[in-house]
Amino acid sequence: MMVGLRPLLWPGGLALVASPGLAVLALVTLLDAAPPGETERLLDRYALHVLAFTVLQATLSTALSLVFAVPLARALARRPVFPGRGIVIRLFGIPLVLPAIVAVFGVVAVWGQNGAINKALGTIGMEGLGPIYGLEGILIAHTFFNIPLAVRLLLPAWESIPGETWRLAAQLGMTSWPIFRLIEWPRLAEILPGIAMLAFLLTFSSFTVVLALGGGPGAATLEVAIYQALRLDFDIVRAVFLALLQVVICGAVAIVLFRFARFSLSEAGAGRVTRRPDSHGLPGRIGDALMIAAGIFWVGAPLAGVAISGLGGPLTDVLARQDVWLAALRSVLVGLGAGVVAVTVGLLLGATTCDLAMRRHRRSLADVLEIAGSQTLIVSPVVLGAGLFVLLLGHVRVFDWALPLAALVNGLVSVPYVLRLVSPVLRRTAAHHDRLCANLGLAGIRRIVWLEGPLALRPLATALALATALAAGDLTAIALFGTEREATLALLLYRALGSYRMDEAAVIALLLVLVCLAIFAAIEGLGRVAART
Amino acid sequence: MPRTLAFLSAALLTILPAHADTLDVYTYESFVSEWGPGPQIEEAFEARCDCTIRWTAVDDAAILLSRLRLEGSGGDADVVLGLDTNLMAETLDHGLVRQHGLVDLEFDLPLPWNDPVFVPFDYGYFAVIYDDQALPQPPASLDDLVSGGNGADLIIQDPRTSTPGLGLMLWMKTVYGDSAADAWRTLSSRVLTVTAGWSEAYGLFLEGEAPMVLSYTTSPAYHQLVEGETRYRAAMFEEGHYMQIEVAAMVEGTDQEDLARDFLRFIATPEFQGAIPTGNWMYPVIDLGDDLPDVFRELPAPAVSLLLPPEEAGAMRRQWIDEWLEATIGE
Repeated sequence: MMVGLRPLLWPGGLALVASPGLAVLALVTLLDAAPPGETERLLDRYALHVLAFTVLQATLSTALSLVFAVPLARALARRPVFPGRGIVIRLFGIPLVLPAIVAVFGVVAVWGQNGAINKALGTIGMEGLGPIYGLEGILIAHTFFNIPLAVRLLLPAWESIPGETWRLAAQLGMTSWPIFRLIEWPRLAEILPGIAMLAFLLTFSSFTVVLALGGGPGAATLEVAIYQALRLDFDIVRAVFLALLQVVICGAVAIVLFRFARFSLSEAGAGRVTRRPDSHGLPGRIGDALMIAAGIFWVGAPLAGVAISGLGGPLTDVLARQDVWLAALRSVLVGLGAGVVAVTVGLLLGATTCDLAMRRHRRSLADVLEIAGSQTLIVSPVVLGAGLFVLLLGHVRVFDWALPLAALVNGLVSVPYVLRLVSPVLRRTAAHHDRLCANLGLAGIRRIVWLEGPLALRPLATALALATALAAGDLTAIALFGTEREATLALLLYRALGSYRMDEAAVIALLLVLVCLAIFAAIEGLGRVAART
Repeated sequence: MPRTLAFLSAALLTILPAHADTLDVYTYESFVSEWGPGPQIEEAFEARCDCTIRWTAVDDAAILLSRLRLEGSGGDADVVLGLDTNLMAETLDHGLVRQHGLVDLEFDLPLPWNDPVFVPFDYGYFAVIYDDQALPQPPASLDDLVSGGNGADLIIQDPRTSTPGLGLMLWMKTVYGDSAADAWRTLSSRVLTVTAGWSEAYGLFLEGEAPMVLSYTTSPAYHQLVEGETRYRAAMFEEGHYMQIEVAAMVEGTDQEDLARDFLRFIATPEFQGAIPTGNWMYPVIDLGDDLPDVFRELPAPAVSLLLPPEEAGAMRRQWIDEWLEATIGE
């Protein structure tokens, strides 16, 4: 890729056709399918209620997550060295990649009517918890995802506080509260709005958690209502209307997020040793220990629930079933398909944005293009899927294409991860080697084979592994496109949960986690081996 | 390696479309569960047809209508089994089913049946089933249930996905008419959860999550015959009970017309019908004579049986569902 005269536009162009091109196509399809005269029926109290509930649960989820994440992150920041700290930080990374339907099972196994907590309460003769279906269950599951996410995003704020500040604070004899107010809060205030908006966006578009834990039309998000209208009720008009509502609101939040958010999803939490004056007192130690223990419990208990119930479940019965292994095979196929889609689109887009940013000095245009490639935050998988569904309806047998369609939608969802992992490598390569390559006349395919290929292999493998594992555990797209015939493990698990076959669900949940882990480890490992040779 | 290949090819074969002599029957989950009538009916029909029945089961029967519409003419279905009279008109209007061409079918139903498309396979009456250990004083009327004399929780099904859910919606409509929405608003505060399908709701009820569940007057027969348990009873309502006649039909896009017709004819035989009372726990559509368990003769009969004409239910369903949605989501 010698610095050509003309910008390298075709790869990015191709990528944009896929994403957001497909999303635009989906939206146009939806708009086209929406008859004009029916808005009166559509913006009825039901739609308003769904909208209100979606906003309510997203707001509560976000608020609860941050209220707990800030003190938890602070406790972790105040204790940069303790045995097992690294494990805690890693534990907090698990919900990010855990299939949502598995998390739902974990939450039910701990907090459900027949869950661990109720059993424990029962043995000491106390009244059990009420049913978790509805808002309570949704909030428990969402905070399970968002507290650790927020903690990991918050931690860099502390690591950016220079050592001199702490020395100064010590000389001034500052205690915990002034330290928080004067030193920590200003830094948190910079990044909290962005994190809040991200958490809001993620919970606003929550599908799996709400579908599985909602418990009736009163507790549905727009995403779930779209799915119900399309798949269960064949009320395409309503589905279209709700989808457009979803896009408008997510679009508005996302635009604010992209404009104002100041945080990076960089790996955080290595724990820089700082000498802050307020970390020695016993009350502080106890408080931090309790906070960290609570965090470990909140995130760890559902994970332990999955492991323990799974291992204690009817392993041999479930694992002897052919349909379970076929479902596992389909999960892997959807995952691999999605991985290939994500990496292809991400690489094509990355090539163009790298060229624009590094060689054409059009960095802001490059950023806009990368954001456009990340449009699935705005056009959610359900909306994208609904659009494709309506588009294909009547032309092909949609259910026959369930697996490829699920792979496609999941692949596009993962494009941002690929960009984040691969784009820096491409740009670094351009910055360091462009001149040398020009001197050597190394260009085109040869440059990719000799230069970019080896350098980008590891991050590419990681991106492929991540996209594949995420898609293999996804329920959203397969619920939309699939039927019992094309059930993946996630769909089997959802159906087992829905029929209260908890023993069976336990084993499938564990199997699904292991399948996702195995795919991730295998692809990442292959990448490591290939990069070494 | 050869074993892996063998497994993979077996897997592929399972994914590939069915053979020519396969009859695809779309139905609902509880019909084909291991304790439902499906397995017995499958065995009996396969013994005489030299074919294979392939069941496709959705959560509950009202999904069948949207499923057929979503699949269009390209679907696999040959027979759809589990719709009821409330869904017949729409199924016809969308051209999803075709005439069976059978002229000699005879039924023993509470009302005359002579439909060129739909074949009834069982019937029953919707009822609130209660656990008399958790609820000694059940509601004596629908109005009693709604206005909450006993204040107990109830589990119901979603009328968009479930035929019992749809049945309750129409039951409320026939009793309350224009004030049905208000009645739903009152009732919905005590609805513990609205499930997608009957199986889920009844499972929750048996787990003890709520003392009442929407099911059928015939449901207690299961507990009496199979479990020797009499604590689960049907609350008999003064206003009467909405009736359900479950039907099957040949799907328009079938590629197994003869097989499908044979299956529809088979429905009206004692072999099929014999599996209904103690499999689907509904009344058979022909006179089974002594083969009908006595429990079924002893079950309480509704004071009045309510049923809207299929055309009216079909024409109003969408509007009434919107009304139900608005009323049940609370303020």
